[in-house]
Amino acid sequence: MSLLEVERINTLYGDSHVLFDVSLHVAENEVVALLGRNGAGKTTTLRSLMGVLKPRSGAIRLNGRPIQGLAPARIARAGMQLVPEERAVFGGLTVEENLRVARLTAEKPWPLDRIWEVFPRLKERRTSRGRTLSGGEQQMLSIARALIRDPSLILLDEPFEGLAPLIVQDLVELTKRLAADGRTIVVVEQNVAAVLSFADRVYGFNNGHVVYEGRAADLRADAAPMRGFMGLAA
Amino acid sequence: MPSTAALVSQAFNGLALGSLLALVASGLTIILGTLGVLNFAHGALFAVGAYTAFVMMQATHSFVLALLGGCAIMLIIGFAMERLVIRHFYARPDEDQILVTYGIGIVLVEALRAYFGGNSQRVPVPSWGIGATKLGFMVYPTYRLQLIGIVAALLAGLYLVLYRTSVGLVVRAGIENAGMVGILGIDVRRTFLFVFAVGIVAVGLAGMLYAPVVAVTPDMGASFMVQSFVVIVLGGLGSFPGAVIGGLIAGEIISLTSAFDSAYSEVMLYGLMALVLVARPQGLFGTEGRV
Ligand SMILES: Nc1ncnc2c1ncn2[C@@H]1O[C@H](COP(=O)(O)OP(=O)(O)O)[C@@H](O)[C@H]1O
Ligand SMILES: [Mg+2]
Repeated sequence: MSLLEVERINTLYGDSHVLFDVSLHVAENEVVALLGRNGAGKTTTLRSLMGVLKPRSGAIRLNGRPIQGLAPARIARAGMQLVPEERAVFGGLTVEENLRVARLTAEKPWPLDRIWEVFPRLKERRTSRGRTLSGGEQQMLSIARALIRDPSLILLDEPFEGLAPLIVQDLVELTKRLAADGRTIVVVEQNVAAVLSFADRVYGFNNGHVVYEGRAADLRADAAPMRGFMGLAA
Repeated sequence: MPSTAALVSQAFNGLALGSLLALVASGLTIILGTLGVLNFAHGALFAVGAYTAFVMMQATHSFVLALLGGCAIMLIIGFAMERLVIRHFYARPDEDQILVTYGIGIVLVEALRAYFGGNSQRVPVPSWGIGATKLGFMVYPTYRLQLIGIVAALLAGLYLVLYRTSVGLVVRAGIENAGMVGILGIDVRRTFLFVFAVGIVAVGLAGMLYAPVVAVTPDMGASFMVQSFVVIVLGGLGSFPGAVIGGLIAGEIISLTSAFDSAYSEVMLYGLMALVLVARPQGLFGTEGRV
């Protein structure tokens, strides 16, 4: 049984139909990448999984339990954690306060020291307010806020977007370490090379449809299938 | 030119008015920041607070008991309002929220008028606050001094809840991004209920504490509400420190201008608001992140 099973979900913004019968599955310890052009529906998929958006139809199961229709807070407590595209760090709260909010309702939260080990930079900035952090630090904090809850599934939405190459390298290393530790991750990213370096499997999105499913190793060997959903970039 | 003594005395009046405005505006701004609802019933709830003090005072003859009973009543009103009405409007457009809270305000004020009549009521100054206190350079009504102290203590209590407790942490996070708080596993609806109830108790307490100083009428909250709107704009929407500092500044401006010509006190207040908004559109303590 997969950790996450998504069966033919359809999601709309008002009257505009964005996701069409999206199905996917994620096994425990797997790193799955969702790839596709801008506007293909990747963020909408993650937001539907987290319960921020309610799919009009279809089924989502986490650990075999149906979670579609539940509020994000309930889904978070069931073990899923979204790291949103916009990072959504609380700017008026300190780094440590951001982490404390995150761990409030976690069943087995990490001790802060474990977070500081993974993110020494955040430890240095623990009393700084979120809004004073650099983009890379905000992204680290956003990921740290998810990790401290010790989720069974992490959804990363464009974690490397808009960051300097050196910081992207750090974050790629971090993601690889998380993958090696057996964390289950769904990652959306435009930086295909970076993502293929640590993903196990890939779903290709186009216009709200899943148009490709395959192994990352195959795409590393031959990028041709990506043309169908990444366009000229691939 | 008013005498120095008169000015100092007006400055103390400004402190009393300002601290009450701070208390009223705190509730308003935290509710706005967290729930995204501008509560136009806030002025009416100020009057409801004053009338509960009036009724409870007649029943118990003790101002302390009146305050405690009044808080319980305001708490019930706050819970009921949020559960029965406000929560059904979180996802609705701003206009709907304004209309429904404005409507609740009208209903409350007219209910007060229907029950107590339009004439003003008096709430006696508590026995421990009667008379005047010599401050060396002047004599000042004792209860007004106590009022400043009590409100300062209440604001300090609110500060401690907001900045030293887990609930406060969630509220401050929710003011910035309630959606993200939900994604982090926290049931924001319960936080919203808590915030709304606290805001209503705060404005009710302001009304109760003010009651012995003024004539209690159904419309007494109207000017307070307008002034506290100015205060939260001045201080920065959603900012608790902004509401406190903004309230004190507004109280002083209104009172000190009155020492010269009371006709200009509101003009000065709006003038200051305009100046601040030109220099800092987000208000004194406002940021994109707020609080
Ligand atoms: N809040 C919204 N309201 C209406 N349409 C939206 C909204 N957000 C995204 N969309 C539309 O949904 C489609 C998918 O968007 P999104 O999931 O953000 O794509 P991706 O993350 O793959 O770039 C796009 O056509 C986008 O314009
Ligand atoms: Mg996106």
